Amino acid sequence: MSTHIPSDLKYVASHEWLRVEADGSVTVGITDHAQSLLGDVVFVEVPKVGAQLAADEQAGVVESVKSASDVYAPIAGEILAVNESLADATESVNTDPYGAGWFFKIKPANPADLDGLMDAAAYGKEIGA
Amino acid sequence: MAQRTPLFDAHLAANGKIVDFAGWEMPINYGSQIKEHEAVRGDAGMFDVSHMTAVDVRGERATEFFQKLIGNDVAKLGFEGKALYSGMLNEAGGVIDDLIVYKTSWGYRVVVNAGTTDKDLAWMAPIAASFHVELTPRRDLAMIAVQGPNAIAKAQAARPDAAELIAGLQVFQGLPMGDWFFARTGYTGEDGLEISMPAAEAIPFWNALIAAGVAPAGLGARDTLRLEAGMNLYGNEMDDNTSPLAAGMGWTIAWEPASRDFVGRSVVEKEKAARAAGGALLKQVGLVYEGKGVLRGHMKVVAESGEGEITSGTFSPSLQVSIAMARVPLAVKVGDTVQVDVRGTLQPARVVKMPFVRNGKKVYE
Repeated sequence: MSTHIPSDLKYVASHEWLRVEADGSVTVGITDHAQSLLGDVVFVEVPKVGAQLAADEQAGVVESVKSASDVYAPIAGEILAVNESLADATESVNTDPYGAGWFFKIKPANPADLDGLMDAAAYGKEIGA
Repeated sequence: MAQRTPLFDAHLAANGKIVDFAGWEMPINYGSQIKEHEAVRGDAGMFDVSHMTAVDVRGERATEFFQKLIGNDVAKLGFEGKALYSGMLNEAGGVIDDLIVYKTSWGYRVVVNAGTTDKDLAWMAPIAASFHVELTPRRDLAMIAVQGPNAIAKAQAARPDAAELIAGLQVFQGLPMGDWFFARTGYTGEDGLEISMPAAEAIPFWNALIAAGVAPAGLGARDTLRLEAGMNLYGNEMDDNTSPLAAGMGWTIAWEPASRDFVGRSVVEKEKAARAAGGALLKQVGLVYEGKGVLRGHMKVVAESGEGEITSGTFSPSLQVSIAMARVPLAVKVGDTVQVDVRGTLQPARVVKMPFVRNGKKVYE
């Protein structure tokens, strides 16, 4: 089955995607590949707004019927907003992982951190797509 | 090298996501495990269970063989086709496997788990030899479980020439029709059938079931359905080192007649006495958890009287809460609240009597 990897996003190996917004904030979610591995998502825990996270620090949990997985901050920064709708509409992580299923917005501590991340082609290679 | 069932191509055709299960390439889901679960609870779903092994048993002393081999007593099987569920114990009273035995015109058919088949056959062989009983593993057969409130009607529509035989089956009864075998058994807590057939006929029948409106369902849904139904999974709830009494299988042991010396009897009998005396032993209960996250296997359970462990846990699609099967100290009672270590923090869970769901409805208090 083919997986969707939008070309305008950045990716990390722990299967989070990043979208750099016009105001410099970065929206983060989990990839189509990740949601497909998890199966039906039934519970999401997001970080607290205002939390200061280091790169690769745990930022939340996503649980499917099958298993639990940690979600990580792909870059260091401050949490600006979280997707409150995931408390009820967990299925949007499966149905719209790059849209309604976003997890949080982070203000990069160091915008240059974004430069080293994977692009769509590199992530596709990473997951053997 | 992973094995494939005769239905492997049908799984690919239905967009099955294939995973390794006990050395078999099996579908975990066909898109959404929850939708497949709901199909079984509300209508009809089907599972490829061809990886399980049917073994035909023949010989004048086949009844004696089973009376030695398993904890339950095949003498209870009063008519052709009647089936019973049992543990097969080792000398230390651990569970080698759980299985279903059908009384048949030729003797018996026993159906064992996929991952334990080789171990089971090796264990059975010398006991069979001592009773001069012949074991024939039917690896030539495929098996499809059709489950749900509309499963019987849809299976009859897919196989009209067997409709009458199916209509006549009692719960927990199985009968042959040529090389096919129709059994009113299952692993979901719903009505339904487990049907075995020659491998070459599996895909046409699968397709006929699809045409009759039966939804393919994968191993993921099979697990949430059996957990809601409070049914044990070998390797989770019990294994070679677990007593049937600690795994909620006490009801499967036929203690009478006291003279029947089944393998493991003396050990589990002593344990039964220790339980009656309130020993420091574990028993199986159900847990319901409405907090954050999902209960999972191997999470620690803390009760006032000691510690235990979750053996299987999941999110229940039917109940929309997390449920689990756990082994806890004997003193824990239905209605108690215990603490579960959910990813590092102790969270309260309620002890309930299983099953959680039967015939589409919540049944615990």
